[in-house]
Amino acid sequence: MKAEALENSAAMQGPWSISLPTVKRFKIKAGRGDLHWGDRLFFWLMSTAAVGICGLLGLILAFLVYSALPTITQFGWAFLVEKSWDPVNGEFGALAFVFGTVVSSLLALLVATPLSVGIALFLNELAPRRVAKGIGFLIEMLAAIPSVVYGLWGIFVLAPWLRTTVQPFLGDWFGFLPLFQGPPYGVGLMTSGIILAIMVIPTISSLSKEVFRAIPRANREAALALGATRWETMRLSVLKSSKTGIFGAVILGLGRALGETMAVTMVIGNRNDISSSLFAPAQTMASIIANEYAEATTSLHLSALAEVGLALFAVTFLINGLARLLIWRMKGRA
Amino acid sequence: MKLWTALSVLFFSPALFAAALINGAGASFPYPLYAKWFSEYQKVNPEVQINYQSIGSGGGIRQFSQKTVDFGASDAPMTDEQIKEAKEPVVHIPTVLGAVVVTYNVPEVTKPLQLSGDLVADIFLGTITKWDDARIKAQNPGVTLPAKAILVAHRSDGSGTTNIFTDYLSKVSPAWKEKVGVGTAVKWPTGLGGKGNEGVAGLVKQTPGAVGYVELIYAKSNDLKFASIKNKAGAFVEPDMKSVTAAAGATKIPADFRVSLTDASGKGAYPISGFTYLLVWKKHPDADKGGKLVEFLNWAVTDGQKYAGDLHYAPLPSSLVPKVQGAIKTLDAKPAAKAKG
Repeated sequence: MKAEALENSAAMQGPWSISLPTVKRFKIKAGRGDLHWGDRLFFWLMSTAAVGICGLLGLILAFLVYSALPTITQFGWAFLVEKSWDPVNGEFGALAFVFGTVVSSLLALLVATPLSVGIALFLNELAPRRVAKGIGFLIEMLAAIPSVVYGLWGIFVLAPWLRTTVQPFLGDWFGFLPLFQGPPYGVGLMTSGIILAIMVIPTISSLSKEVFRAIPRANREAALALGATRWETMRLSVLKSSKTGIFGAVILGLGRALGETMAVTMVIGNRNDISSSLFAPAQTMASIIANEYAEATTSLHLSALAEVGLALFAVTFLINGLARLLIWRMKGRA
Repeated sequence: MKLWTALSVLFFSPALFAAALINGAGASFPYPLYAKWFSEYQKVNPEVQINYQSIGSGGGIRQFSQKTVDFGASDAPMTDEQIKEAKEPVVHIPTVLGAVVVTYNVPEVTKPLQLSGDLVADIFLGTITKWDDARIKAQNPGVTLPAKAILVAHRSDGSGTTNIFTDYLSKVSPAWKEKVGVGTAVKWPTGLGGKGNEGVAGLVKQTPGAVGYVELIYAKSNDLKFASIKNKAGAFVEPDMKSVTAAAGATKIPADFRVSLTDASGKGAYPISGFTYLLVWKKHPDADKGGKLVEFLNWAVTDGQKYAGDLHYAPLPSSLVPKVQGAIKTLDAKPAAKAKG
């Protein structure tokens, strides 16, 4: 990563010095005169595209801040720590949505991470090649299912099953925990967590698989040669050295879970409240925008929704940044 | 070169029809009827093509005020503040009526339930929590009510349906007015939110003990069970096209048509109903388009009304039609070239 970044920054110093693909440490540099006009045109096109995307990001941010200005000036930081959302009386606080977004996404990761890593291990280390190819293909197909279809499945199959079977069982046996208290509605945090988990499994498992595949065969052979069992081989030579990679995969999954709108809106119960129970309905930042934007009548309401969007932007940015930082630190230690 | 030809056709062809293309946007509730109207009207007057996007009433009012569309559509009339922001005079044209029904899923109950307004308000406030509550029993003699918990389902998306429903509850229940109020999106004291009519209906259908509210059209076309509501005259009225039209007939309509029809006083009037409107400028910036729009509006409130019934919309009461035509006459537009049947 770092070496690449250095090369890119060298290229960015000016249009006259372009770094072409490097062979090991030997770098070919072309001066202005040597370049074919096509290469120069290509350079300009590509750099415009790259800079343009960053500019677009800035414009989106500026738009959000501009639209959210009325609520930012009126509520200040209280917007983020206040949970009352009352469009009729013009009171807006986003805490319940931040809570819903973070909890449903973390729940999804809690379910999806062990499953996905297990799937990746099985496909890469245990399964016969043909089987692995077939199953891998099917799992990646999960990512191609539109989220509204997940939502429908959640409403008609998952939620009723959770309501009649799983949640009463959890309530009977683990009802002493605040997590499993309250009436089983079917729709709610738990349902959206599970739906999100299924949606991020393809992302995490296929990336983890790539990480495992990158580990040299020799590492496994070394472990086997030392008399390690199959499980010990996987633990010592595969899992241990791919921690950073798995972490990166999980973060990419988290990125998908945080912003997911349609499927979550359909199964989360859409209630602007904070509850300790996983059975309780909740609302996410993405779902409140999807729910209320089209029919928002006052300008303050619109501005509040824009600020929720800004908060979502900030949360995803923060989490991704934090993950990057962690990965860099882990890399440094390894 | 073929590509360029195709592209230029794509880009320039709408310009050929620009004179006859009228754009509108707004409420999703009347969309099925409007779609029918626009296609039928094109048969009557082939020069006019009307393009409508059902983006919701709030969006319709915004786009209309910013003049990105030629007309808007909204389930709730524009507020005084919105009219002031629009700067130029706006005319509301009521087109048809809609109603909101209270739907429920209590398998033990075989007869249609009867509910009074304050009872509905207390159920949605969360103060009545069981189906066998003494107050529900008192209004439904002879109906066996189970000791099940009531689960409230409401719209999670902002909606004209919610606006009519909360407007009604505010009129009949002081507690509702104080704690929740009226709006397209409100702070619900209890219950689960479903997106759209189908979301609420889905929650109600799948949860025994659930109660929710949906549009009459939606309830009719999906065979949902719904309650009779006690109106101001003290009669329990079942929602149907007749009782909804009766609500408009019984209410005194002001000259600008901006009126709430909920809790209407007539004996046969269903109390949770309201107009849906088309919003037009008193003076359309493009006189030619304005003239075409006037022709269409005249057709919609007369010949167009016959299409309403099949799609479960309640037509305007016949006593109101001349008043609406009068309002259309006040629009400042180029007179139509020739009268259309």
